[in-house]
Amino acid sequence: MKAYRSFFRIRFLNGLQYRAAAAAGVATQFAWGAMEILMFRAFYLAAPASFPMGFEQLSAYVWLQQALLALFAPWMLDGEILEAITGGGVAYELTRPLNLYAMWFTKNLAMRLSRAVLRCAPILLVAFALPAPYGLTLPPDAVALAAFAVTGALAALVVCAFCMLIYISTFYTLNPMGVRVVVMSMTELLAGGLVPLPFMPDGLRAALELTPFAGMQNLPLRAYSGELAGAALLRAAGLQAFWLAALVVLGILLMRAALRRVVVQGG
Amino acid sequence: MRLYLRYLSIHVRSQMEYRTSLLLTMLGQFLTSFAALLSVLFMMDRFHQVQGFSFEEVLLCFATVLMAFSLAECFARGFDTFARMIANGEFDRILLRPRGAIFQVLASKIELSRAGRLLQALLVFAYALPRSGVAWTPARAGVLALMVLCGAAVFSGLFVLYAGLCFFTTDGLEFMNIFTDGGREFGMYPLSIYGESVLRVLTFVVPLALFQYYPLLYLTGRATDAAHALCPLLALPFLLPCYGVWRLGLRRYRSTGS
Repeated sequence: MKAYRSFFRIRFLNGLQYRAAAAAGVATQFAWGAMEILMFRAFYLAAPASFPMGFEQLSAYVWLQQALLALFAPWMLDGEILEAITGGGVAYELTRPLNLYAMWFTKNLAMRLSRAVLRCAPILLVAFALPAPYGLTLPPDAVALAAFAVTGALAALVVCAFCMLIYISTFYTLNPMGVRVVVMSMTELLAGGLVPLPFMPDGLRAALELTPFAGMQNLPLRAYSGELAGAALLRAAGLQAFWLAALVVLGILLMRAALRRVVVQGG
Repeated sequence: MRLYLRYLSIHVRSQMEYRTSLLLTMLGQFLTSFAALLSVLFMMDRFHQVQGFSFEEVLLCFATVLMAFSLAECFARGFDTFARMIANGEFDRILLRPRGAIFQVLASKIELSRAGRLLQALLVFAYALPRSGVAWTPARAGVLALMVLCGAAVFSGLFVLYAGLCFFTTDGLEFMNIFTDGGREFGMYPLSIYGESVLRVLTFVVPLALFQYYPLLYLTGRATDAAHALCPLLALPFLLPCYGVWRLGLRRYRSTGS
């Protein structure tokens, strides 16, 4: 356990070094969030009755999404790990008396966390200062905040577990492009990265809410504003926990199978 | 020009060698913009119109911007990845050769994989052109072509500007993404929906609206004067300051070392 903790620390502190990149990222994400909210405003003006959530709730969704992008974005992969698999560096990793799955999972989580920590504060501060329907508001009650914290933590774990499957698939294909490109391009949409799930057609939305994608960012972002509460929230969080366990177990099994027949390239 | 064709054929042949990789990247490009298309579909399905624009009219916008962007990315990609070129010293080699630097950077990369996006744009055009309610005349078709071409020019200008700024920072500037990738993502809707002030910036500072929003008004019959129709041409002077920044950067370029 101690070893994993120090891996986490190393990767976390390492991530904190890239401050200039983070500053540029903050500016971009802020502009991006602002444009997104303006876009939703146009649709709101077109037909307010068709808007599936309150405008303030949408603003909260967009700003939290931008602030925590590094934590929840499924397409952000750790280049080092992919490099280790395709480049043969995995041989070194295997000589360590540690569980490879747990080690990579920890590194991944640390990288995401450090990036999010660097970026979120300025975005959140400005978003809180924005005028009423466009800014970020406080959650309606303590329960919503707690729900956000719990589902948010679970969501970060689900995203990491999902990314682990992509890393592991690289053992089989060696070319990370294929699976990655196809999975990544659709995950963004399915997880509610382009438009929040409530904006999707009802049938699709109901189906997506059963998949692990709903637990990646959609759930915590909606729990924060109280848009998702009560029994529906509990049910969604239960599903999220189930998917987390399922993804982790699947990942561990696949990794064991992959390592049994791993051939290290080059010498 | 002959030399450029020569480069072009080398790039095409070298990328054809890795056919699977090329096809997969193309597929990825296709799916990425397909996801964006689906998001437009979901939104329009729920709200039916945005600022009076119908689904088909929005699609027209979507395809124009997507096509302009992928053309620019296909040919001017060398500028988009310019930060790397400076960082690894590749640019020093370019300066040694007896040809213009702009020309060589332009010819250094041609991305066939952008055909994935291009295909998407063509399919959307094929769907939206007959259904958009536009009374197609040769003049209107000409305006549409102008929109795509000038749009590609503006996006290329942005790439050159980005590369020019790399001279000063040696690192890529993530903020430029808001105009390039952002222009593509948010340009799927008529740019007026983002409000007056955004429209003004996108008209006078970074002229994305000049090849998108104003001529769209002409196509859909909301405006009938020639000024709206020829708006895309007004976007072309934007290339001058982009080129200026590049020149300025080039003059104070210092190699990053080995």
